[in-house]
Parts: sequence; C-alpha cells; structure tokens
Amino acid sequence: MKKNDVILQTVTKIVFFIILTFGVELFLSGHNNPGGGFIGGLVLSSAFVLLYLVYDIETVHRGTPFDFKRVAALGVLLAVGTGMFSLVFGEPFLSQKTWLVDLPVFGETELGTMTIFEAGVALTVLGVVVTIILGISEDVE
Amino acid sequence: MITVLLAIFIPFIAAGLVPFIHKFLTGSRIGWFVITIPLFLFALLIRLVPSLSEGASYLYTLPWIPSADVYFSTHLDGLSMIFALLITGIGSLVVLYSIYYLSEREAIGRFYTYLLLFMGAMLGVVLSDNLIVLYVFWELTSISSFLLIAFWYHRKQSRYGAKKSMLITVTGGIFMLVGFLMLYTITGTFNLQELVAMREVIAADSLFIPAMLLVLVGAFTKSAQFPFHIWLPDAMEAPTPVSAYLHSATMVKAGIYLVARFTPVFAGDTTWFFVVSCVGLLTMLWGSVNAVKQTDLKALLAFSTVSQLGMIMSLLGIGSLAFASSESTHIALFTAATFAALFHMINHSTFKGSLFMVVGILDHELGTRNIQRLGGLATIMPITFTIALIGSFSMAGLPPFNGFLSKELFFEATLSLKEANLLSMDSLVLLFPIVAWVGSIFTFIYCMIIVFQTFFGKVHAPVPGQRPAHEAPIQMLISPMVLGSLVVLIFIFPNLLGTYILGPAMNAVYPQFVGMPGLVPEIKVWHGWGMPIYMTIGVVITGVLLYCFLRYWKGIYSFGFLQWTLDRSYNALLQRVERVASVVTKTYMTGSVRDYVAYIMLFFIALVGIGLLGFQQFIFDFSNDAVIEINESIIIFVMMCSSVAILFAKSRITAIILNGVLGYSIAILFVVFRAPDLALTQIIVETVTTVLFLLCFYYLPEWRNEHKSISMRVRNGLIAVASGVVVTVIALLVQGHSLYPSISVYYETASRLAGGLNVVNTILGDFRAFDTMLEVLVLFIAGLGVYSLVKLRRKKGVDHPEEK
Repeated sequence: MKKNDVILQTVTKIVFFIILTFGVELFLSGHNNPGGGFIGGLVLSSAFVLLYLVYDIETVHRGTPFDFKRVAALGVLLAVGTGMFSLVFGEPFLSQKTWLVDLPVFGETELGTMTIFEAGVALTVLGVVVTIILGISEDVE
Repeated sequence: MITVLLAIFIPFIAAGLVPFIHKFLTGSRIGWFVITIPLFLFALLIRLVPSLSEGASYLYTLPWIPSADVYFSTHLDGLSMIFALLITGIGSLVVLYSIYYLSEREAIGRFYTYLLLFMGAMLGVVLSDNLIVLYVFWELTSISSFLLIAFWYHRKQSRYGAKKSMLITVTGGIFMLVGFLMLYTITGTFNLQELVAMREVIAADSLFIPAMLLVLVGAFTKSAQFPFHIWLPDAMEAPTPVSAYLHSATMVKAGIYLVARFTPVFAGDTTWFFVVSCVGLLTMLWGSVNAVKQTDLKALLAFSTVSQLGMIMSLLGIGSLAFASSESTHIALFTAATFAALFHMINHSTFKGSLFMVVGILDHELGTRNIQRLGGLATIMPITFTIALIGSFSMAGLPPFNGFLSKELFFEATLSLKEANLLSMDSLVLLFPIVAWVGSIFTFIYCMIIVFQTFFGKVHAPVPGQRPAHEAPIQMLISPMVLGSLVVLIFIFPNLLGTYILGPAMNAVYPQFVGMPGLVPEIKVWHGWGMPIYMTIGVVITGVLLYCFLRYWKGIYSFGFLQWTLDRSYNALLQRVERVASVVTKTYMTGSVRDYVAYIMLFFIALVGIGLLGFQQFIFDFSNDAVIEINESIIIFVMMCSSVAILFAKSRITAIILNGVLGYSIAILFVVFRAPDLALTQIIVETVTTVLFLLCFYYLPEWRNEHKSISMRVRNGLIAVASGVVVTVIALLVQGHSLYPSISVYYETASRLAGGLNVVNTILGDFRAFDTMLEVLVLFIAGLGVYSLVKLRRKKGVDHPEEK
C-alpha cells in the first residue's frame, strides 16, 4: 500500500525537536520541579518512536547513527558509575553531592552528581524503550 | 593504604580497557600490554615485603554500604601477601607464556579480558577484610573461571566442564555465605579482624559448628576436596595457560586461603581439626591413586593437583591443634604443620605451574597429550625435559628440589600427632602417617610416569595430524624455566622464604603466638636420620618397585570400588533435576497469557487475602476522610465505565482504546490530587504502552468470541471478584490504621539534605538511589531479554550451535 503522509512527515520534523527539548527540559527541571530521569527518558524515547512511526527504519538509522542498546548500556554504566565514584572519595556507595556554581549565562546554577545519576536513568529508559519497540517492529518487516 | 585498593581495582580497569586497546594492538601484541599489570602489581607488593616482615599490616577501609555493615575494607598481612604474590607473580609468567601459546586466530582480546577479571577477583578475595566483599569476589572468581574454562565454547566438553565447575563452586560459595551470615548473627560484624578478636564469643555460641561446617563447604568446593574434586579434571578443557594459572596457582588455592584465614576463628575445636585434616588426607589419597590411571597428561596433573591440595589441607588441619594445646613444645610442633602447609603451597605453585606449561608445550608442539602416544622425547626436547624432570622430582619429594623439604615437613607433622595425646583416639592418629605414606607412594609413581613414559622409551612415529617432535621456541620456555629455577633456588635458600614471606603469614594465622620462638622454624636441608627420612626412603623403594611392575598391577583399577566414580552420580543428579524441572515447567507454562494472569491473581489473593484474614483487624474508620468532590466522582465514573466496557469490547482496537481511556483518567485523577510527577509519568507511560500495544497488534490472532465452558467462566469470574474484593478491603482498611508514624516528616528536610526541592526525585535519586540503580539494571536486562527473544529466535531448519 502506498502511503501519502507528507503532512505528518513535515509536522514531525518540527515536533520531533519540540518533544526532544521538552524531554531535556523535564529531565533538567526534575531536581526542583516535576520531571526527572525516568519521565525525561520516556519523553525522549517517545520522540524517537514518533520518528520511527513516520519515517521508515532505514531513514531514521541514517540520521541517528547509534545503537540504542549501547545507549542503554551507557545509561547503566553512568548510574552504577556515580555510585562507585563516591567510593573513590571515601564516601559511602551512591552518596550524592550538589554544588552551587555561578555560570556565565544561566547565573547561579546547582550542579550535582544526582544529575549524572538521573542522566543514567534517562539514557537507560531511552535505550531500552527504543530497543524493544524497534525489535518488535523490525520483525514485522 | 590505598596501594592495596589499587591492587584490586587495576586489573578490573585494565579488563575494561582491553577491548578498546585491542583495536590498536592487534594480535598477540595485546599480551604485552596485559603483562604490565601483574608485573606492576607484583613490584608494588614486593616493595611492602620488608615492612610486613617487621610486623606491619595494612588496613584500609572505605564505607560501601555502611547501613548494612558492609565496608570495602582491604587488609594486607602476611597471609594475603603470599597469595597476592602468587597471583601476580605466576600471573605475569602465565601471560608471558600465553603470548606465545595462543595462536593469532584465537579471540585473544576476550581471553585477556577474562584473565584480568579473574586476577582482580582473586586479589579481591585474598585482600578483602569484609566477609561480604570477600564473598562477592569469591563468586566472581567462579564466574570468571567459568568464562575461561569455556573459552573454546564451540567444544561440548568445554561447556560441560565450565558448567560443572561453576555449579559446584558457586553452590559451595552460597553455603559459605550462609556460614558468614551465621557468624554475623553471633558477632554482629563482618570484619575478619574483629571476628578473630571475638573467637571466644563465637566458640561459645550454638551456631559455632554449623557456621564452621558451612564455611568449610565453601573452602572444600573451591579447593577441589573430596568429594567435590570432580570439577577439576573437567576444567582441564580450558587452554593450558588457564590451567596453569587457575588450577595450580590461584583459584584452587582460594579454599586453602579461607581455611588458613579462619583457622584463628574456628581452630581450637577438635571438629575443625578432624574435618579439615581427614578430608584433606582422604583427598590426597584419592587424588594420587586416581592420577596413576590417567592417560591424558593434563588429566593426570589435574588429579595430582587434587591430591596436593588435599595434603596442604590436612597440614592446615593438624596445624589447628596448636590452639588446643597448652604445652609450648606441642604448640611449636603443630604450628610447624601450618608452616609446612604454606611452604608447600608456594612450592606446589612453582612446580605444578611449570609442569602444566610443559604439558602445554608438548600439546602445542606435538598435538597430543596422550602418554601412550608420547615417548623418547628427552633427546629431542632437552630443555622441556629438564624442566619436566625438575618439576616432577620436586613433586615426588626428591632432593635437591623444594618439594623434598616440604614433604619431609609433612611427614614430620603427621608423626607429631601421636606426641599430642590430646585425643583419646590413638589408633586413628596412627593412621595419619600411614595414609600420608601410601599417598606419597602413588604421588611418586605418577611423577615417574610423567618423566619416564613421556621422555624415555622409543619415539612414536607421528600419526596423521601429529607434527614431528622438535624443541619448543625459546620464548615459550622462559616462563617454565623461571618456575623451574625457583624450584631449585627455594631448595637452596628456603630460610629466606621462611623469614620474609612465611613468617608474617604465620603471625596472621596465629595472632596470639606472635613473637613466640619457633613459630617460624628454620628449614634444614639435612634434618638428620629420623622417621621422616626413613619414610622417604621407603617411598622411593616401594615406588620404584611398583613403577617397574606397573603393567602387572594396573589391572586392579578396572574392578571394584575404583570403577565407581562420583562423576556418574553428578551426571545422574543433574539429569534428574532437569527432568523434574521440565515436567514441572510443562504443567504450568501453558503459553496462554490468561492462565499466567490467573496465577498472579491467585497468588496475590492467597498471600494478601489470607494474610488479612489471619490478622482479624477489620477496623473501618472513615471519619478522617476528605469529602469526595463532584469532579472526582465523574472521573471515577468514567474509569468504571471504561473498565466494564473492555469486557464487552467486540474488537481488539476498541479494547486498547478503552484501556487508554482508563490510563488517562488515572492521570487526570493524579492531577486533581496534586501529584504532577505521577500524572506526567502516567501520561507518558500510557502513550508509550499504547504504541507498543499497537505494534504487538500485528502478531495477535483474530479477536474471536470464545465459547468457553461454564465452569471456566465461573472460575475466572471468582478470581476477578476475589482480587477486586481484596484490593478494595485493603484500600478501606488503610484509612482505619496508623501503625507507624508518618514517614513524610522525614522528607520535610529533604531539600536541605539532598539539595533538591522535588521530594519525589530526591527520594528516587538520593535517599533510595540504590533501588533506582537496581531498577535501571533490571530494566536494562529485561530490555535485552525482550530484544534477544524477538531477534534471535531460532530459525526453522537452522542448526543451533548449542547442539553441536
């Protein structure tokens, strides 16, 4: 069946980035407002899922040349790694720390190891969700 | 002392780097990168030897999970030092040997990754001071050795051997963990040093004997003691460098380490002495008797390792008697046994390591390890022959090699038992030297088999597939040559080893005898005429006679109890377990999701519902409840409608959409109750799962109205109603009870403690980060599972590699 979804594709090109921005925003604001790694990761993956729905798998692969299984693995490494990292400084496993840093554009900003940990969560969620959905859908072809 | 911590982590870091470096250092060159790690660690450790011999020890503690009493504490004392030096020293030689042994076509990167993992795990075992940390590393050695044994995984025998070794050692490790937990309930500490200090408290507890026996099961399985030794011969399917490393120098010695380490905790009780020394002696006898009948050189060495480990074990058992003695002369007699054990362990690593490498060379150059197809190699391979001669004669306990010294000490230790009259069982004590003597005769015989049947006699014509005999390249001979010269050097300067290496270790095993004269006996090359030397002469004479007439009496191996092997019972047990498991699985894995949901619901009803009935606390208190607003009731009404409607949906797509309605209504409810985090999560999860559902749509069969029997409908209806009732009752009961103070008070200070204003996220990322971390791991593993189930399904008509 020949599909004609020009409108969907055009809209997606813009919406994809809006969703990505929203995901990152959710992820970053998670420290003080609703959001966080899990939701951020889910939103990011929903952006990719949309992309895969609208375009075919090969086209998207050309645009995103990374393996989502590796993204998930990187996420797990980050999450476990921050836990291990605190050991190096003589703190108990998984201790988190925050600093207040004065950044040029953003002003006074909180930087913390929890953000790295949450990034690990987000990447794992993103990697796993996209891997599963791709795995099932590739099989259809 | 951060050095010790580094010693554990450097191999792990290097193991992680190997795959990346392998891209630049192709082929065997990666070995030159790997060899720097054990060499560096060896140098790092040897620098500390002088300070250790002056009585220092290095304790370094890092909090890991302080709330569970788990500290990442490392402790370097004399005992750990011996093992750490063996692991890194022999490790360097093994890596050097493997650079030339493994062909370029092998997966060399994978090999070195596993080897480094194993090295780090082994160092972790001997250097950690916390029992839980020790256990983690202990099981890691089992896993990494599993990977190493199954290195040639396309061979069925390799997979069988790897599985067997892992099953036996991991099971033993779990027993050991239970023992550790018992020790924790007695003392309230996981720290080895504190345990040693509290040995009186432990000895008085009723859990003392169970804890001791459980720890011993762990040690015996790892050190291949009877009847757990059956994994070791099968583990010989590994590449020879692995056998030389794991099965002579390191992994099998972990059990010895554990027994020596726990001697100050458990010794003093005669149970410890009897179990350790009897199992050790039995293993020694059994291993040596079985070694003689082997025709594969590597299998022969495997059984000889079993036997030698048994000998070391029995010495440690005898050494534990020092704790029960009161007279100082007796104490010195028995501490000498432990000294002999540690001394022989070092000797064993040198000569057995070199012998394994020699067998590897024979295999590599001739393509066979079968004794019946070897012969007359002494003139063709003179260097290999010399090394084999040194190694075997040392193992047989002949001068001028180091095995002679430790074997004399062994005889002396078994003889010293009758001096003890600590026990009223004199006849049993008399058996010890006899068994030791008989075991030594068989040891002598198989050592002669290695030397004479391989290197003397007539040269066999090469059969097809076998290369003509020639000497190995010199690079491959370096490692066994180093070990062989150590065998001789230790014989000449044994007391150097005694003072610097064994002395500090003795202090660690006998903390209360530190500084006692005679704790570190002086080893004499000639110890005068006495019972031990007569026994040795007897061994040589009987051994030579028996060896000469070997072909006449070898027939006895073919009948009687010697035919009975534990292997058979192991295989039968495994088969039965598999059969029962498959029968059980077939009955409940029906393949119908509906059945699985029914199981889950039934389990839930049984657990929670019956639990509720048991408590009989049905207090319903609605006085504190908030008023239900009209908009809330509307949402609830929508939810009820959609869930009931699902039951009557005529097509699958309707059901999915109705399910979505349900999910989004819950999200709205969260918004109404001011839980934005939950609402957000719910909306996004709902969206993603709906997409997933639509994808799965493709596979699902036609939606059809099934005509099911009335009894089936009634059953399903009952389950549905019952689970609904249970949930409702719980929800209503919760209002009437407040057993504990509210935990939300704790989180009022969350922003100060965790530096974040969003309580939900600080809980997820900080207060309960351990949960989150493990959840992420589970998610990852589940994702990989789904992926591989979907992608790597067996294609029809394609052979599966597992069945080859």
